[in-house]
Amino acid sequence: MRKSDIFLLSLAAQALVLCLLFFHASYRTGTDMPFIREKVKMVKALELTDLCLFTEARYTRHITQADLNTPFQDHPMSLEHFPSGSFIMPPENIFRAYVPQQARK
Amino acid sequence: MGPWIEKQRNILDFTLASLLRRKGKNAALLLVYTFIVFVLASVMFFTHSIKKEAGLVLQGSPDIIVQRTVAGRHDLIPASYLGPLTKIRGVASGRIRLWGYYFDPITGANYTLLVPEDFSAGAGAAIVGSGISKSRLASEGDVIVLRAHNGESLVLTIKGVLSEKSELISADLVLISEPDFRKLFGISKGHGTDIVLTVRNKKELSTIALKITEALPDARPIIRDEILRTYESVFNWRGGIITVLLAGAVFAFIIFAWDKATGLSAEERKEIGILKAVGWETSDVLLMKFWEGAALSLSAFLTGTALAYLHVFFASSPLFGPALKGWSVLYPEFRLTPFIDPVQIATLFFLTVVPYTTATIVPSWRAATVDPDSVMR
Repeated sequence: MRKSDIFLLSLAAQALVLCLLFFHASYRTGTDMPFIREKVKMVKALELTDLCLFTEARYTRHITQADLNTPFQDHPMSLEHFPSGSFIMPPENIFRAYVPQQARK
Repeated sequence: MGPWIEKQRNILDFTLASLLRRKGKNAALLLVYTFIVFVLASVMFFTHSIKKEAGLVLQGSPDIIVQRTVAGRHDLIPASYLGPLTKIRGVASGRIRLWGYYFDPITGANYTLLVPEDFSAGAGAAIVGSGISKSRLASEGDVIVLRAHNGESLVLTIKGVLSEKSELISADLVLISEPDFRKLFGISKGHGTDIVLTVRNKKELSTIALKITEALPDARPIIRDEILRTYESVFNWRGGIITVLLAGAVFAFIIFAWDKATGLSAEERKEIGILKAVGWETSDVLLMKFWEGAALSLSAFLTGTALAYLHVFFASSPLFGPALKGWSVLYPEFRLTPFIDPVQIATLFFLTVVPYTTATIVPSWRAATVDPDSVMR
């Protein structure tokens, strides 16, 4: 067998695997939709506002509900000390509401 | 078409043989290239899927949440605020919400205690999230004891455990009755955590939010769109942070690949010279270099993307999951739904395969256009 045949066949096999994975994605999206709908129902019934991703502090558990001061609750100059805090950007609504006009320009 | 295909195959045969002559160097390049594609694709798959899922799930969150702020901090809201809020034109209904946090010293985790609108289990009962059930080894029928604000113990019987499928939103939830909540935290009847409002026309949300701040200056309204946008930006930010952390590796690869692709070695120049001397045309040399770049970059792209898919959606991103998801004592175990964005795949393709392939052609074109005699010397 020629080298080019082996190469083209392996490339085709790789492309096939990737296509199969994308088919898997579309199949899984279909089968997961009822669970997502169930979650939407739960969010509606319990009036939830956030994902339960970072439970270590109140401002990381409910990032959309936090105010600007909570990360610095120990004293005004204290540094934010929970790991998630360094990865989460301040909620957009707070950021927009508190950044002075001049700084925004 | 026949002779054209045969020509391409011959050139590809020659290219592969040439690549195999420098086995070690090319294998290292392929490995690093695949790794870079794998990492970038993993970040892309993860952030897109979680953003999409957050967007879908949080569509059900309340239209407007009204908090009261005192000295810049979220404070309990008086029940008397409900009247003026429900009188605002466009507000269909309002309800005082009770929720709060409880630190459990036994597991060292924070729980979210919440009073649902319809809590049928009654006083003295609790329905817990599956995260709590696992960490406290407690299931239906067991009791959990919480320490109230005055030091007394509040004994709650677990009447149910929320479905594991909903861990992404409910892992740390403890649903209890209103009397138990008020007893636990010492919150009087006249106060709540915040107020949720339902609005008739969703297009009026921002107008109503403005009216709320006019009617109650110490109130802070949060509309659903802001909740959705926050999650969108959080995961963009997280994906960005990971990409920044990996930027060093990416740039090292770019330099390595650029050097490999653009700076032809003396041996490669000699090879081009010999090919030209034996009758190869410039276009054939360029075709050979094109196949060289395409062979490496296509293999790296296809393998890297497939591995990234397996990493994120089958293995739940063990390599960089903690940095992307956050870490805490109580962490939901969830399997992401693979939402794939074709535009992102296309972008990744054009950012990885195309630049490398073109970068290999340009210097070869330079070498191929000079006199073979001078190249071989």
